[in-house]
Amino acid sequence: MSDPASGTMDLAGEFLGRRTPMQRIQVTLHRYPYLSPLIVLIVALVIFALINPKFILPGNLSFITQQTVVIGTLAIAQTLIILTAGIDLSIGAIMVFGQMVMANLALTAASNATNFGLPPWLAITIGICASILAGAINGFLIVKLSLPPFIVTLGTLSVFTALTLILFKARTIQGPEMPDLLKVMGVAIKIGSFQLMVGVIVMLVLFAVFTYVLRMTSWGTHIYAVGDDPQAAELSGISTKRVLFSVYVVAGFITGIGAWIYIGRTGAASPNADPSINLDTITAVVIGGTSLFGGRGTLIGSLLGAFIVVVVENGLALAGLDQAYRVLAIGVLVIAAVALDQWIRKVRA
Amino acid sequence: MSTPTLALEPLLSCRGLVKSFGHVIGLNGADLDLYPGEVLAVVGDNGAGKSTLIKCVAGALIPDTGEITLNGERREFKRTQDARLQGIETVFQTLAVSPALDIASNLYLGRELRKPGVMGKVFRMLDKKRMRTEASQHLQDLGIGTVQSITQTVETLSGGQRQAVAVARAAVFGSKLIILDEPTAALGVRESARVLQLIKDLRDRGMPVILISHNMPQVFEVADRIHVQRLGRRAAVVTPQTHTMNDVVAIMTGAMSVDEKDQALGPVRSAN
Ligand SMILES: Nc1ncnc2c1ncn2[C@@H]1O[C@H](COP(=O)(O)OP(=O)(O)OP(=O)(O)O)[C@@H](O)[C@H]1O
Ligand SMILES: [Mg+2]
Repeated sequence: MSDPASGTMDLAGEFLGRRTPMQRIQVTLHRYPYLSPLIVLIVALVIFALINPKFILPGNLSFITQQTVVIGTLAIAQTLIILTAGIDLSIGAIMVFGQMVMANLALTAASNATNFGLPPWLAITIGICASILAGAINGFLIVKLSLPPFIVTLGTLSVFTALTLILFKARTIQGPEMPDLLKVMGVAIKIGSFQLMVGVIVMLVLFAVFTYVLRMTSWGTHIYAVGDDPQAAELSGISTKRVLFSVYVVAGFITGIGAWIYIGRTGAASPNADPSINLDTITAVVIGGTSLFGGRGTLIGSLLGAFIVVVVENGLALAGLDQAYRVLAIGVLVIAAVALDQWIRKVRA
Repeated sequence: MSTPTLALEPLLSCRGLVKSFGHVIGLNGADLDLYPGEVLAVVGDNGAGKSTLIKCVAGALIPDTGEITLNGERREFKRTQDARLQGIETVFQTLAVSPALDIASNLYLGRELRKPGVMGKVFRMLDKKRMRTEASQHLQDLGIGTVQSITQTVETLSGGQRQAVAVARAAVFGSKLIILDEPTAALGVRESARVLQLIKDLRDRGMPVILISHNMPQVFEVADRIHVQRLGRRAAVVTPQTHTMNDVVAIMTGAMSVDEKDQALGPVRSAN
């Protein structure tokens, strides 16, 4: 039962227009959760441009978008999951697994034992399907065994990582060994002196598609409802289990696309790819204003969050600061974002 | 009209429902009968099993044993959606609204309207505009609760306003039976009166209602029959005409028992 007394007080405040400026900020941020990351990003861009003019050169800006593309794409999957009050610690491991499947199946060099020489489109499809399957395994364990997502994905993080190493023998597949279609996401389109990577376009399309899905379809509404209050959603006739499972499957699909983009972005497929990618996606989503408690957040926020992570790293590097300070800055941002979220959530009557 | 015919077949009938939660027994062989067109009040002490009973009818809980029949047909609801598809709408004691969603989305949660044509069929696009206009129309028609905007999220509403949203959802979509579990608990005097009026309106339309309430005057005002629940079972069914509030309280606490022949186990209202 909600507390009727606090409800009455809220109403009184509302009718008498007795809102302090702080309260107004709180209500606005509550309504538009992507506002805070937008402000942070703009402030960061301005400050870094002032510190080092090189920062806003087209070359550096292209570099920033390329650095963002993988985190950004995986952040879409992570956002869907966090909106359901879940979390995916295995997302990076799934991506690495997916790209190793793709690369090994399409391997053109005849010298290798794992040479299947499948047509590249088929190798990519199977790689994406492998990622979907991995997502489905997460979903199955979470839904059927009612295990907490944190624990399940902590376990599958190890499982998928080990599986990659066992199946693919820790061998990095170099760019020249792979057919061009696998590396197409890394192709850059020149717009003046700005280089737009194909993968960046794909990422932006995915953001647009899933923003539509979240805002304009029943499934999207149900994701928010399930993350917000699963009991209420269930009593309202939503199958929370079906929604949860489907979210992990769709997240697997997006991660599969991310795997393809990753090959293009790095020009190689390594089983030891970037281990920080997991936490980077969660960081992006949290800085982007999505609540770790579920039910509140936007994809546009996560896109901004992904850019913030990269811009802060890049900007501080150009300002001549040590790697340690960049890590420190990101940590402070995450804590600030979560604290802000806690404060904003107090709007609830 | 001159000869009121009593509908003898119950619309809804529960027999011997048992539901235990670990070693806590919520229902211990509970019965329930609801006749067409009547308002049945369910009263009882805290923990008597009222909510558990209606949750079984609403599909929110699956009874361990016992049977539920609707229109003479045996039903086994696995989920609330199963009961909803049979036209049973429920306002749960916990309200079951989604705080982060707006009022219109809450009203249509689980049965969203899609745009007509390709946009709806292929792109699954919601018809938000239609849901909003219809939702505010419904709220206005029902006259329960005033909200500033239909796009306000429910978390910004007061407890009473939330309750109004939940009641409106049931009233709009219920086609066979509406169950209200303490619908006026958080409401002000005026809003409570509106909900009572709503129950009477529903009854006049021939819509049966199960009302759980601790408010005896309200119960005696609207109920055709009063089902008294005690220790997980039906202790007695009486009417406001045959028994007083004190009698009902006495039955609730076990201080009084009513002989079967003095109870109102059959219908008391003519179904019209
Ligand atoms: N989910 C549950 N888990 C454990 N015990 C439960 C659960 N739901 C109900 N019970 C128990 O079942 C019994 C009946 O509960 P129920 O909620 O049906 O009572 P009630 O008559 O609705 O009471 P109130 O008037 O307080 O709403 C209580 O003893 C309660 O503790
Ligand atoms: Mg109850």
